[in-house]
Amino acid sequence: MIHRLGWVLRTLLSHWRRHPLQGICLLVGLWLATALWTGVQALNEQAGDSYDRAASLFGEDNQSVLVSPGNQGFDQQYFITLRRAGWPVSPILQGSVTLALPDGPAGRRLQLTGIEPLSLPTQGSLVGAMQQVDLAGFLVPPGRTWIAPDTLAELGLASGDTAELANGQALPPLQTVESVPPGMLLVDIGVAQRVLDEPGRLSQLLVDSAFAADQPALPEQVALRWDVRGEGDLQRLTDSFHMNLTALGLLAFIVGLFIVHAAAGLAMEQRRGLLQTLRACGTSLRLVVCALLLELLVLALVGGSLGVLSGFALASLLVGDLAASLRGLYGAQVAGQLVLDSQWWLAGLAMSLAGTLLAGGSSVLKAMRLPVLAWARPQAWRDAQARSIKRLAIMGVLLLLVAGVLIYLGEGLVAGFMLLGCLLLGAAWLLPLMLSLLLRSGRKLARSPLGHWFWADSQQQLSGLSLALMALLLALAANIGVGSMTEGFRLTFTDWLDQRLAADLYLRPESQAQADSIEQWLSRQPSVQAQLPSWQVQSRVGDWPTEVSGVIDHPLYAQRWPLLEAAPGAWEQLAQGRGAVVSEQLAYRLEIELGDAIEVETPSGIWTLPVLGRYADYGNPKGQLLVSAEQLNQRWPGLEVSSIGLLVDDEAISELVAGLQDNFELGGFSLIDQAALKRYSQQVFEQTFAATAALNTLTLGVAAVALFTSLLSLADARLSQLAPLWSMGLRPSRLAWLSLAQMLMLATLTCALAIPVGLALAWCLVEVVNVQAFGWRLPWHWFPYQWLTLAGFALLAVLLASISPVWRIVRVGPTQLLRQFAHDA
Amino acid sequence: MMHRLSGLFMLLTMLGLAGCDPEQPPADAGFAGLGEQAEGFTQVTPDRRFEFPADHGAHPDFRIEWWYVTANLTDEDGREWGAQWTLFRQALQPQTPQGAEAGWNSAQVWLGHSAVIHADGHKYADRLARGGVGQAGVRVEPFEAWIDDWSLAQAGDTQGQDSFSALSVKAAGEDYRYQLNLTADRPVVPQGEQGYSRKSEGDQASYYYSQPFFSVEGAIEWEGERHTVSGQAWLDREWSSQPLAANQQGWDWFSLHLEGGEKLMLFRLRSTGGGHYYSGTWIQPDGETQPLAPDAIELEPLGETAVAGRDVPTRWRLKVPGRDFDVTTEPLNDQAWMGTTIPYWEGPIRFSGSHAGAGYLEMTGY
Repeated sequence: MIHRLGWVLRTLLSHWRRHPLQGICLLVGLWLATALWTGVQALNEQAGDSYDRAASLFGEDNQSVLVSPGNQGFDQQYFITLRRAGWPVSPILQGSVTLALPDGPAGRRLQLTGIEPLSLPTQGSLVGAMQQVDLAGFLVPPGRTWIAPDTLAELGLASGDTAELANGQALPPLQTVESVPPGMLLVDIGVAQRVLDEPGRLSQLLVDSAFAADQPALPEQVALRWDVRGEGDLQRLTDSFHMNLTALGLLAFIVGLFIVHAAAGLAMEQRRGLLQTLRACGTSLRLVVCALLLELLVLALVGGSLGVLSGFALASLLVGDLAASLRGLYGAQVAGQLVLDSQWWLAGLAMSLAGTLLAGGSSVLKAMRLPVLAWARPQAWRDAQARSIKRLAIMGVLLLLVAGVLIYLGEGLVAGFMLLGCLLLGAAWLLPLMLSLLLRSGRKLARSPLGHWFWADSQQQLSGLSLALMALLLALAANIGVGSMTEGFRLTFTDWLDQRLAADLYLRPESQAQADSIEQWLSRQPSVQAQLPSWQVQSRVGDWPTEVSGVIDHPLYAQRWPLLEAAPGAWEQLAQGRGAVVSEQLAYRLEIELGDAIEVETPSGIWTLPVLGRYADYGNPKGQLLVSAEQLNQRWPGLEVSSIGLLVDDEAISELVAGLQDNFELGGFSLIDQAALKRYSQQVFEQTFAATAALNTLTLGVAAVALFTSLLSLADARLSQLAPLWSMGLRPSRLAWLSLAQMLMLATLTCALAIPVGLALAWCLVEVVNVQAFGWRLPWHWFPYQWLTLAGFALLAVLLASISPVWRIVRVGPTQLLRQFAHDA
Repeated sequence: MMHRLSGLFMLLTMLGLAGCDPEQPPADAGFAGLGEQAEGFTQVTPDRRFEFPADHGAHPDFRIEWWYVTANLTDEDGREWGAQWTLFRQALQPQTPQGAEAGWNSAQVWLGHSAVIHADGHKYADRLARGGVGQAGVRVEPFEAWIDDWSLAQAGDTQGQDSFSALSVKAAGEDYRYQLNLTADRPVVPQGEQGYSRKSEGDQASYYYSQPFFSVEGAIEWEGERHTVSGQAWLDREWSSQPLAANQQGWDWFSLHLEGGEKLMLFRLRSTGGGHYYSGTWIQPDGETQPLAPDAIELEPLGETAVAGRDVPTRWRLKVPGRDFDVTTEPLNDQAWMGTTIPYWEGPIRFSGSHAGAGYLEMTGY
């Protein structure tokens, strides 16, 4: 049996020896599909792993904590009071610091967490890691700064180095500890209080999870409240981002499978005779199927392995951008260094195997149904084609109907992506019918016999090319859709930044004392037209993390702060403390309409505010609301000025900056001019879409390869159809030109159809997915130039893919054509 | 009593200072790293005299210190109980008393152990805390030693008497808690030579005094059931910077309440090379003490018990020939295993023979 299987396999595999290019195409398809999918998964997993590290540091997910009612810091006496009442609590002080790195002008912002190792709940990963390190060295001056090995490497620092902060404070010597999340510095609570200048203050108390299970009532003198923190917020905020990536990866995978399908199908067609001979020689059907499956398995393993390796390389290239954009967008810390995991191998290979079976399985099925004696009858193609096109089209229409239902009834991001999937696949399945209809109407225009042949032959080629053309349609539509969204976002974002960044200079004082002296100094500068101080607190509205920002009464807000929707006299009412304006995403999340009341958690209880207006706040995953500064300071006594915006005479800006720097030692991000802030924001924006753009381009590349494979597979079959024309006197070069024209026509038609599909996709992205994912709606923009460029690229890709097959037609000698003609006749 | 060092071993290991297995301590650091050189810390010298109440408080210029209470109790049904309350202090670096109280800069680390035991059950718990901020510490006046919600505190006004004459001690763990009132009508007694307690033939020593004359009234809550108890208790105070010789691997320590009113403390420090170090103090009912010379004591294990996967000698023959003292001891519960990070055996015993009575036994390094 094994012996016979060996022979059958050898016979089957001999096909690839004669058609190496076909084999390569099949492998390339598998390789690309697996690579893109694995790459995207690797990126997502990397991020997920980073969030997990952060979540499991002190305990399981959803760590119970005690915080002050207004989410401000509190006196550590509460810690002592609770411990002495037998509560298993552990103090935490968190803040962010800017590392002064020798090679970075602005430095790198990192989260600094102060812990008290002896009282930490034992469930966390950190407690386990502490067994391996010198704890006494951490506790006793100078102490240690624990940092993740990947973060340390990213910063270009070494264990034992002493890092300096932008504010001049020195951190204890660095020491790597595995379980520390990326982008975090862990120090002793006492060190954190010194470095963050918060002596005797804490930001939260961790509570042992068993004790916290039924949230016992707090002693009366402890003014804290229960809360559950985990990385739940981060997970929620970044979910949409990762789903976007997954969807793109899946799209690329599917497009890759089209290649596999095309190549496998072709190989099957060409080996039809071979299989019949084998069966006629007495090989059992089971043996043939076994051999075919074995062949697929080998291909899947080879292609999959290549794919996993390249996927890893791709992810390594993109992970830096991804980490930077997640940090910029969400403040989420993702390790910027990738490690090849054995799980990826398995997952990637499994995916490749499943994909191969899906794409190549139909050819195995065909082999099973193959009659032993009957010869292939190509004449039947027309009926078969008509049937299959109709079947596909019916399914396509059904999918589009589902998409329509989803628009009305769908809820949530998953429904949004299902809508995208239905739309794309439905459109793709409708493509052959649309093309066929177009070709049929083209045929009516034909006058000459050659013209008739041109259209009829194009129609016939459709069945061989339709899968590749579908891939092209998918890739183009995805490019147009995502491109429209990205470009639209870019345009809106830039406009919005221009309006929103109305002040010329922004500064962040380090303390209230500094703020006071800066304000005094500024009031003596004639070039300063206005000072706009603002106060910020982190709170929660309807369980959504929200920044409450207090602003003063100044006409600039009414003039320059664009509101999407506003009650009459909104800004005056806000200044009088009679309401708040809220960010678009907060309004969306909480389903707030104008005039509704929102409830903000403050230290003195719930603060109810009517909503006066809604404004765009792109790129901010948290909710935000603006209230009167006076009211804010009453609710949160002792707040310090968070930032001051300055309106300055244009020509005096640089002078003022120099003056501020000299007098107040404001460095890094504490003093930034409008232009630099815009640059920074745009940089974050670009990074966000860098991964998307790269994947998009790759998808288009995959579609081109799919087309190439299909054309190649058709080229041989084409000879028998071209031979009669040649025999009627058409020169091979003319035939080649005609073939090329056919290809370009099909591609052009596909491009033309891809544009409306792409626009529909863009609409779904902007109106459904974005709103669900981020909570904001972008104004609609048209980008015809972008479509033309894309179509141009697509045609170029088609042209490149056609050259080799067409060249074969030109080079084919009369003998071969004659033989083909004679054989067919 | 150095017996009480076992908890410290746990502390040191948790802090990465001892850094090894209890069964195989480093040859040059003694048990629990207590034989390590104590650079920068104040050394124990024979000429110092105790000053109260100041010496009831902490001595942060010494490396280690403890407050240790063991109680032999009986409830209203005649059932016997034992209770333990311990607070260890460890300085991670030499500090002045002011430095030790300077918030998070304090290098003092505190460890608490508590246990409740009867013939059929044993429960225990531990607590770990930083000094300097108020989570754990010792205050001289009014006296209180505490860690979290456990405390050993002066009970009311002692009317000019020593603050150790009336104490209240409480602790709680999973499914148990106790609150005991301790009263003594005699002053504390120095151990060793006027409180200078030698631990080896070399100059390893500690300052050591005790209050063995406590009578106890109180209550134990065990699995939700409350038991009123009474009996007697023994309090040990000890501090040092390097109490063990490098080759000392563990110890067996006894505190005994004799029915005639005498108290007896005996211990044996086991050395790797044999030649154990013996010491003890005979305390008269009136508080008069007499140190026992190493060759005046005989301690002989009689039978071993398998507990927590080890063989521990839970039955002993104790002899002080000069005092015609010759008894055999039996544990109240031979499974008195403190399965804390660094485990040890600590539990109540009864003894009979030339004398009878009750007491406590601690064994480490098994």
